[in-house]
Amino acid sequence: MTMAEGDLAVTELAFVRHTTIAPRPPPATMTGALGWLRANLLSSPFNIALTILIGLLLAWAIPEIVKFLFIDAVWTGSDREACLEFVQHRAIGACWPFVWERLPYFIYGSYPISERWRVDVFFVMLAIGIVWLLWLNAPRRDLGAIYFFLILPVTSFILLTGWSAIGLRPVDTVLWGGVLVTIVVAAVGIVCSLPLGILLALGRRSRMPTVRLLSVIFIEFVRGVPLVTVLFMASVMLPLFIPEQWSPDKLVRALVGIALFASAYMAEVVRAGLQAIPKGQYEGAMAVGLRYAQMMRLVVLPQALKVTIPNIVNTYIGLFKDTTLVFIVGIFDLLRTIEVARIDPKWATPVTSTTGYAVAAIFYLVFCYGMSRYARAMEARLTKGDRR
Amino acid sequence: MNDSTDSHGSLLKPAKLNTAVAVQLVDLNKWYGDFHVLRDINLKVMGKERIVICGPSGSGKSTMIRCINRLEEHQAGRIVIDGVELTADLKKIDEVRREVGMVFQHFNLFPHLTVLENCTLAPIWVRKMPKNEAEEMASHYLKRVKIPEQANKYPGQLSGGQQQRVAIARALCMNPKIMLFDEPTSALDPEMVKEVLDTMVELAHDGMTMLVVTHEMGFARQVADRIVFMDEGQIVEANVPEEFFAHPQHERTKLFLSQILH
Repeated sequence: MTMAEGDLAVTELAFVRHTTIAPRPPPATMTGALGWLRANLLSSPFNIALTILIGLLLAWAIPEIVKFLFIDAVWTGSDREACLEFVQHRAIGACWPFVWERLPYFIYGSYPISERWRVDVFFVMLAIGIVWLLWLNAPRRDLGAIYFFLILPVTSFILLTGWSAIGLRPVDTVLWGGVLVTIVVAAVGIVCSLPLGILLALGRRSRMPTVRLLSVIFIEFVRGVPLVTVLFMASVMLPLFIPEQWSPDKLVRALVGIALFASAYMAEVVRAGLQAIPKGQYEGAMAVGLRYAQMMRLVVLPQALKVTIPNIVNTYIGLFKDTTLVFIVGIFDLLRTIEVARIDPKWATPVTSTTGYAVAAIFYLVFCYGMSRYARAMEARLTKGDRR
Repeated sequence: MNDSTDSHGSLLKPAKLNTAVAVQLVDLNKWYGDFHVLRDINLKVMGKERIVICGPSGSGKSTMIRCINRLEEHQAGRIVIDGVELTADLKKIDEVRREVGMVFQHFNLFPHLTVLENCTLAPIWVRKMPKNEAEEMASHYLKRVKIPEQANKYPGQLSGGQQQRVAIARALCMNPKIMLFDEPTSALDPEMVKEVLDTMVELAHDGMTMLVVTHEMGFARQVADRIVFMDEGQIVEANVPEEFFAHPQHERTKLFLSQILH
């Protein structure tokens, strides 16, 4: 637009606008693929250097990974012979027949083969529960919650440990292993730590000194010791104080240890969220007559939890990976089963360990990245429209 | 603005008070640590009376009305709201808060709930009102504060003036006997002040018992039955508006008025 009637010339002292300026589209350099490239990858010399550096890094790493996992990989075979370079006379990548043969062990551990369908049913039931609960537009999510928090734990417990009365052979938890144990430990930790953490966080901010003191002591004590110590105490020291016949199962003790450990961290995460809520929200809630519990449940916690979603999920991801530490008290989680399998002489080759660890890496990556993506989507959905 | 077209109707029939005296403060004293913030406050507010409280910042006016619904605790003296004395007894506090509505300077709407949900939250959870009934009532009050079309938006999407009117509607949804206003227009853009004051004037005409902390002297002149002037935690002067503005007695009042009425 050129100097039209009504536009301000610097020399004039008085000015009255007679025409309204209509909005115009932005210049082409701001939009489209070119605009994106400029803004994100090439905005400054430093940014250009970074783009080139990362490009080179990816160009070096990705072919290597693809080569190991796919191109040089061995796909068939029945023992180590298939994956030995001096037998096959070619470059050897991942040894997939090893994984294929040991896959049931990685998934079920030593769970009796005839009873493994029970684990499959558990996995399916858990998957249904997770989808029902996490899919925000799912029908009857109230029933979903009852299913997930009430029906699922009880039936899974019966299903996995067995109940002779209804014809399910009891299976000692010593036999559990692999993905089953990892999922059970992670699920219990994740589901228990949030409510416990919320209670502890509220306790720590309580006006009642005894409640506050107990919460502080618990949180600081648990955060002050390593998880390995908690697990050791749960599995080694507890039996010293409790007669053996009353002592709970080893897996249960580890589960309790992990849940309490995670809840202490969760409490601090939630407390940070509570502190982010302005005092006015409490006053607004009190002024309309809400009681403490209602105020927390309906006004404060929904907002506090929303701002802490990234931190909650961060804690969950940490917890998911920390479940591998249960091996230290003799529980066979996924990583432990891989550890055991990779030293099996039948599959002793230079690539067996790498292949096994690659499987573990992919498993943890898929789950952790899934959690992270879900949290991002949820955040985006929750912040839509209701910004202050 | 978003004025609805329906003819002027009353905001409500205010719930009837049980006693003739709505609010009674007797020798009220409060300290923040060593700081004596309220000193021997005595104030009696009759039903349907409109009181405007003014004074310099830090004079204790907000603290005083926040004591009336126990957002602040008092250390000495008595506060009796419609026959109920406020003590540490939680039941009494709940009882008083149910009957006393409050509007804040910064609105304090719940940002995670829609306008309609903001209004129905307390009726549903505190009054145990069925959801559809609460929504009907909320729509009614939102219409009365002239923003029915914003019901499904979130507070963050509204202007300051609209948010404050939602806050008034939210308080009214509890069908309060007494309304407290704590500087309701101080955080608003100048263009938004009038729409909120208009709503308050209407409310006053409907016979609501109101205690309003404000610096809007035009509003005070128009609706107040009495103006209470506070300084340094004390009531310095109280009078009907005509006398208060025409013949202020205390030196501090004269100074204050000369500062704000240019």
